[in-house]
Amino acid sequence: MVTLNSYLIVTAILFSLGLYNVISRRNAVGILMGVELILNAASINLVAFSHFNGNDIAGNVFALFLIVLAASEAAVALAIVVSIYKQFGTIDVEEATTLKG
Amino acid sequence: MPGLKDLVFLGLAGFTLISAAGVAFSRKIIYSGFSLLGTFAGAAGLFVLLSSDFIAVTQVLIYVGGVTILVLFAIMLTSGIGDVKITNQSINYKVAIPIVGGLAIFLISLLSGGTWQQKEPEVFQSMVTPIGNALLKDYLLPFEIISLVLLGALVGAVVIVKREVR
Repeated sequence: MVTLNSYLIVTAILFSLGLYNVISRRNAVGILMGVELILNAASINLVAFSHFNGNDIAGNVFALFLIVLAASEAAVALAIVVSIYKQFGTIDVEEATTLKG
Repeated sequence: MPGLKDLVFLGLAGFTLISAAGVAFSRKIIYSGFSLLGTFAGAAGLFVLLSSDFIAVTQVLIYVGGVTILVLFAIMLTSGIGDVKITNQSINYKVAIPIVGGLAIFLISLLSGGTWQQKEPEVFQSMVTPIGNALLKDYLLPFEIISLVLLGALVGAVVIVKREVR
């Protein structure tokens, strides 16, 4: 029987994999992929709560806004990554240390 | 006796999680990028199962069609694919695995224990009309603001990439 808890467990695992990606990658694009996984887990959670609350519309609208914001975040962040690559010749996040005090 | 819905859920969840594990543990960044496609497609399937058809279509259009292609472009623009140096070196295994494993076990034990008050609708109903009504009535201001956000992100991305460095 599929209940709300099954969805929550699946998204908890998805979130953990995304967090692992963010912590362990050195590649900036890899870190961005982790962020995308985390945002996807969050939007599945929102829609699951909305569905198991009798198809409440608020969760769906919120998930829609979340998807749009995640897409614009990805566009800007990848632009920054390409810009960093032009500047430093690498996208290793540990090499870009110009702002380091 | 598991019903058809349970089997579909298990298949979709397994597909999503296996692809996500591919994103997290692949040796090469390009494989991670392609695994991301599977994760987004599986998530779209989960949205359909949650009777949110509009969100599922949006997910396919924006994530599977847009963000994944953008990520793949970024990978191919920033590096030669076969280059050893740009492959997906992971650091901090020893730090990341205990933190994330502990968090995952904590979350799963927390979520498998409790019960929620649930009222699942019996029949599948389309969400397109309610979402359209909600966007143009209750959520009109966020709906308009988000168009400004999208415009800003579009222009900002172009400006950041176009600027001559050095």
